[in-house]
Amino acid sequence: MNTTTTTKNAGPEHLVELTNLVKRYHGRAILDGISARFGRGQITAMIGPSGGGKSTLLRSINGLNTIDGGEVRVGEHRFRPGQATDREVLQAVRRTVGMVFQDFQLFPHLTALGNVMEAPQQVAGKSRTAAEAHARELLKRVGLGERCDHYPSQLSGGQKQRVAIARALAMEPQVLLCDEITSALDPELKHEVLDVLADLRDDGLTILMVTHEIGFARRAADRVVVLAEGKIVEEGPPEQVIDRPETERTQRFLKNVLG
Amino acid sequence: MTACRRTNKIFAKPRHCLTLTPRHGQASESLRDAPHCHIRNSGLLKSHSRSNRGLLSFAAILVATLACLFVSPSDAAADGPRNERLRQRLESGVLRWGGDAEGGAPFQFFDPGTQALIGFEVELVDGIIAELRRQLNLPELKAEYVQYKWVSLPQGLEKKDFDLIVSGLEITAENRAAMIFSRPYYIYSQQLTVRADETTIRSVEDCKDRPIATLSGSAANRFLTKMGATRISAFEGQIEPYQELALSRVDAVLLDLPIAVYNAGSDKRFKFVGDRVGSGFYGIGLRPDDGDLAAALDEALGEMMRSGRIREIYSKWQLWNVDQFELASADRPAEAAGLRNKTDEPQSGGAAVATQNWTFRAYAPLLLESAGVTVLLSCLSMAVAMAIGLIVAVCRLYGPAPVRLLALVYVEFFRGTPLLLLLTFLYFGWAHVPYIGVDLSAWEAAVIGFGLNYAAFEAEIYRSSIMAVPRGQWEAAQALGMTEVTAFRRVIFPQAFRTALGPMTNDFVAMFKDTSLVSVIAIVELTQRYQILARSSLKFVEIGALTAALYLAMSVPLGHLARYLEDRWSVGHK
Repeated sequence: MNTTTTTKNAGPEHLVELTNLVKRYHGRAILDGISARFGRGQITAMIGPSGGGKSTLLRSINGLNTIDGGEVRVGEHRFRPGQATDREVLQAVRRTVGMVFQDFQLFPHLTALGNVMEAPQQVAGKSRTAAEAHARELLKRVGLGERCDHYPSQLSGGQKQRVAIARALAMEPQVLLCDEITSALDPELKHEVLDVLADLRDDGLTILMVTHEIGFARRAADRVVVLAEGKIVEEGPPEQVIDRPETERTQRFLKNVLG
Repeated sequence: MTACRRTNKIFAKPRHCLTLTPRHGQASESLRDAPHCHIRNSGLLKSHSRSNRGLLSFAAILVATLACLFVSPSDAAADGPRNERLRQRLESGVLRWGGDAEGGAPFQFFDPGTQALIGFEVELVDGIIAELRRQLNLPELKAEYVQYKWVSLPQGLEKKDFDLIVSGLEITAENRAAMIFSRPYYIYSQQLTVRADETTIRSVEDCKDRPIATLSGSAANRFLTKMGATRISAFEGQIEPYQELALSRVDAVLLDLPIAVYNAGSDKRFKFVGDRVGSGFYGIGLRPDDGDLAAALDEALGEMMRSGRIREIYSKWQLWNVDQFELASADRPAEAAGLRNKTDEPQSGGAAVATQNWTFRAYAPLLLESAGVTVLLSCLSMAVAMAIGLIVAVCRLYGPAPVRLLALVYVEFFRGTPLLLLLTFLYFGWAHVPYIGVDLSAWEAAVIGFGLNYAAFEAEIYRSSIMAVPRGQWEAAQALGMTEVTAFRRVIFPQAFRTALGPMTNDFVAMFKDTSLVSVIAIVELTQRYQILARSSLKFVEIGALTAALYLAMSVPLGHLARYLEDRWSVGHK
């Protein structure tokens, strides 16, 4: 599957590549030499203990974090330490990479529709009509066709997160970064968001998700990466990493999570 | 009516002395005043004076004897208990007099060097106190000065913040409705002042449709209004009109002669033109129940006139002129009435008439018009403040270090300096600043002044509102590919503005009230209009209520609108 280039953007088989990535914070290495590649049309689930560097890794990919060493490549764009402020590269990367946050971060002064239309109009320069048609389609797709004119405060957590996904998709990204997007949701609402993700993967979107949903990771992810103390301690297909972990660190983590 | 009767009561005192005062006055004037001076100053007149001396002495003795015969018994009877009552009245040993030293030269002002209170009225009061000490046998009696805003002096008197008003207060029907007056101590008239190169203005009549400045609430102001002048700028201080004249913002200034002499008399930029007009009297104002004190003041002033002390004081301040010869007779109703008829005071504008005319319909349009000024001024100023405030806030938050520092200095400077100072500087001072000085109109100065000052406060509101927007909103916007500018414009600012709206509405309501400060630069807004109307009609309560209602009619809906918008917009929050 990884060898066929099915997307219109022909390029390297791995859309995102991290090489020896280092991020320090107050002298402590949050990311301690991470190298990883993420293939097209895959869901990669990143699991691991809190403070292990999962979110930092994700935010390094679209430049919300600067990096202190190594290199990030997204498509043909690369950036290294000190270049993170190169706005044009960052802008280009962010056009390729969408992101969904744990606490939604919808724009509270705009309706669901307005949230989804904003970036296509302001960043991609789409016309209002085109942006609105696309936004309605996306909201319908995440099951919120009837909620277009609701403000974020009038939506449930699960609905908010689905609007946030639609907002990210409106820029037609090739990669979607999901940072613990179900953590703030009630258990019975999590599935509506996870179902949307599974659906997107089927459309060929590359998804990198930081999650604590071991069950979902196992069911839907193509690959699982275990991050602890700033290092990748284990990676592989879910049935291997989750059911038959090889390293002691992974075993300990899973034991703690699954109880 | 009551006021009139009260007024008559004090004037009854001089009338009581009437039978003798004329002769007495004439005799003393010819004895002590005119000849005395001539003897001292003119050798030519010496012999002539000497030859008359015996005769005059005889006349003086005769008058004194007559005075004893006719006055002493009755006066002793009347003055005995009166003086007793006065001694009790002045038990504290302090007679407090109220006046306004702010721009009060030559009446009363603080010596720029020594900071001592000086002025012809200060010397006048000293003379009166000396007379009272002697008259009442109260050697300890002292005068105490109470600084008061000139326009509020009548209220201060009524509230017993002081006992006398000595502050160039004109004896007018309006003023008499609220207080009683001593006999006049100065006869003023209005002097027209123009720039030295002026050729087209020869009299006040030439100024009917020309910009002319004067003092708010003064006799000159009333004179101009009555004359139908169309372009009057009325200021709260007496120096400002001459500054206006120097800056060519007005073509002439009409003000009391003492003020004109002091401020423009020796200034080469100005010249006096035309006859003096609109003469009238300055008197000492007292509470209506202080008739005894008024009578004692009359005696003290009379004695100072007879002794030549008054002339001495006025000469020293260059205020003596031939008009003042009439002072001695100005306490006699017949002649006083004659003098008063000579004045151009608009007697019909007096309190009695105004009282009858008081109707909602008469005052509401004037107040409404001034409320319009308040609204327009506030809206323009707030727009300027919000625009500058946003720029300053953005500089403070996102600018490079020097710009941030500059913005901080801006906020600290304008937040820490009084608005009044800024307004006065912009209007009167800035035109004199070399190179960058600009001659601003009153409205420009007001809008810029309020705008700059309020911008400092709005900037802080913007800043805290912008900082209150969660960091995640920036990240969400940037993750979507927005530049910082787009993120700020489309995501951060709209949210911050909604948060800022509440506090800014508060500021806006405060500004409605703060705009009353512009009266210092002669813009008549609602509060100023209230003061003008209330002081001329004495309907403080009625017009005050109407004015308050207008302010409320402006600020209450504004508050509701803001709350409505906040509610509506907060649908988006949480």
